[in-house]
Amino acid sequence: MELKKYNLFFLYQETFALTKRLFIQLKRRPSTLLAGILQPIIWLFLFGALFSKAPEGFLPGVDSYGNFLGAGLIVFTAFSGALNSGLPLMFDREFGFLNRLLVAPLTSRLSIVLSAFFYITILSFLQSIVIMIVSYVLGYGWPNLYGLGIVFTTLILLVLFVTSISLCLAFILPGHIELIALIFVVNLPLLFASTALAPISFMPNWLGWLASLNPLTFAIEPIRTAYTQTMDLELVALHAPYGDLTCKSCISILFYLTVISLIIIRPLLNRKLN
Amino acid sequence: MSYIKVKELSKTYSDIQALKGLSMEIPAGTLFGILGPNGAGKSTLIKILATLIEPDSGEISINNINLIKNSRQIRELIGYVAQDVALDKILTGRELLDFQSDLYHINKNKKTERIETLINQLEMNDWIDRKCGTYSGGMKRRIDLAAGLLHLPKVLILDEPTVGLDIESRNIIWQLLKDLRNDGMTVLLSSHYLDEIDKLADRLIIIDHGRVIAQGTPAQLKNKLGGDRITLKVREFSNHAESEKICEILSSIDGISQIIINKAQGYSINFVADKEKDVLPKLKVELAFSKFEIFSLAQSQPSLDDVYLQATGKTLLDAEISMAGKRDLKKESKQSMR
Repeated sequence: MELKKYNLFFLYQETFALTKRLFIQLKRRPSTLLAGILQPIIWLFLFGALFSKAPEGFLPGVDSYGNFLGAGLIVFTAFSGALNSGLPLMFDREFGFLNRLLVAPLTSRLSIVLSAFFYITILSFLQSIVIMIVSYVLGYGWPNLYGLGIVFTTLILLVLFVTSISLCLAFILPGHIELIALIFVVNLPLLFASTALAPISFMPNWLGWLASLNPLTFAIEPIRTAYTQTMDLELVALHAPYGDLTCKSCISILFYLTVISLIIIRPLLNRKLN
Repeated sequence: MSYIKVKELSKTYSDIQALKGLSMEIPAGTLFGILGPNGAGKSTLIKILATLIEPDSGEISINNINLIKNSRQIRELIGYVAQDVALDKILTGRELLDFQSDLYHINKNKKTERIETLINQLEMNDWIDRKCGTYSGGMKRRIDLAAGLLHLPKVLILDEPTVGLDIESRNIIWQLLKDLRNDGMTVLLSSHYLDEIDKLADRLIIIDHGRVIAQGTPAQLKNKLGGDRITLKVREFSNHAESEKICEILSSIDGISQIIINKAQGYSINFVADKEKDVLPKLKVELAFSKFEIFSLAQSQPSLDDVYLQATGKTLLDAEISMAGKRDLKKESKQSMR
């Protein structure tokens, strides 16, 4: 029992140290954080302005395009941050710093993965909160307390899901160039093939199918619903070609995707870290 | 009593067999040298001992703990200083040591005291609060060494720790290694610098192509060669037939042994001359009789290079040069990535 208590403390100590290192890096090189905030804000302004003269009732259930766009950009910010989460690990692999961690008697090498999750979750929350505040200032609304709970639960699930994939890629791919190239290829197409910028009803059939199978959509729709102030988990959030999905269903799908991805990457992490 | 035991260790990277049944035993409290040219298998051996890679076969134990089965337990016993210093450029030296202390679960009070001790010991006061990205090679090596020593390991494993260092940093490291050995720590040091191993090591192994080709104390290995080492040339660049003929002449002279033709050095002839027998006058007479003139003749006390030469037929430097073009460092680096 005593040993287990020590192990837990040691796991905390090493995870805290690894997370602290990532935050020191962020503090001294804040450009990633700033870019991650600035980019969606610029999108919010530009896209908001682009459709500002769109006819009333142009979008179902929202007053303005900015109102519609907010949820998509919050999810996109968290998604981009999580997708990049494998990069510090890749650099540690390439420059030999990972060996420093692997030679240490870590209680569990899971702490290396946990620290990446904590770091990117906190970072995504910070960025998302800034975007939510900017959206609010622009008059695009603010979710109630219940809605906030939905927003952050959805973001945690999305960040866990995408971070696990990114960490997995950081171990599989040969170097950071390949990882950055893959992020570059995947990032924007996934955004455009989701309901971040337009509802499924605006899309051709094939794209509608793609969007309604895209994990980003399962995160965007509950958050969009959370902004309606009539938040109810049983409300239909997504009119997909294969049927209507409630908020609860979207979040559940996201949850299962996260669990499945964690199960799939576990053997790889075990092999690479042990 | 051996503290580290390595038995029949083998490791292959796709098409390269880095270790071929390597065995060695290291007593506790020894400064143990692993000498060999680049590509001999030193780094692979060191990485296996540091639990970074697993061997294909063989047994290793430290303090009777099986390294492969109980790697976490072993990590508590060892400190590791890698060949390529990997520091986080953004952290200051002090932050890096603090970070490393947490990975080794050193408690808060001891941590500060230990960091201060090492800063003083390795003379890092002037620059410890600067970011690691601004450090010179010597500074990086010192901070890396401090990181390896934070948890007071029983065994310190160093992979070529003084490569490319300035004299000041090298002397500080050498002195520290001697002090650690005197305090009872077992220190394993791999190097391709002969003088480093000769001056520091209590015992050593010489590795070539993944095998141990000689082991013992530096004095034992050098004494085994017998007398002085002589390098003879009858012209600047000789040829095989001529050098074979000279070998025949030399082998007929009493007191000359261990004759080697060193192709890489223009077919020079290396041999050991018995100190008790005055062989040089006889040599001159015999060579003159066969119409050979002496172009150059160098006489020296045996060195570890001579031990290597005796075992492999080439000097350590020649071995380095011959390996230089054959190694794909990029591929090796990728292979060593987790």
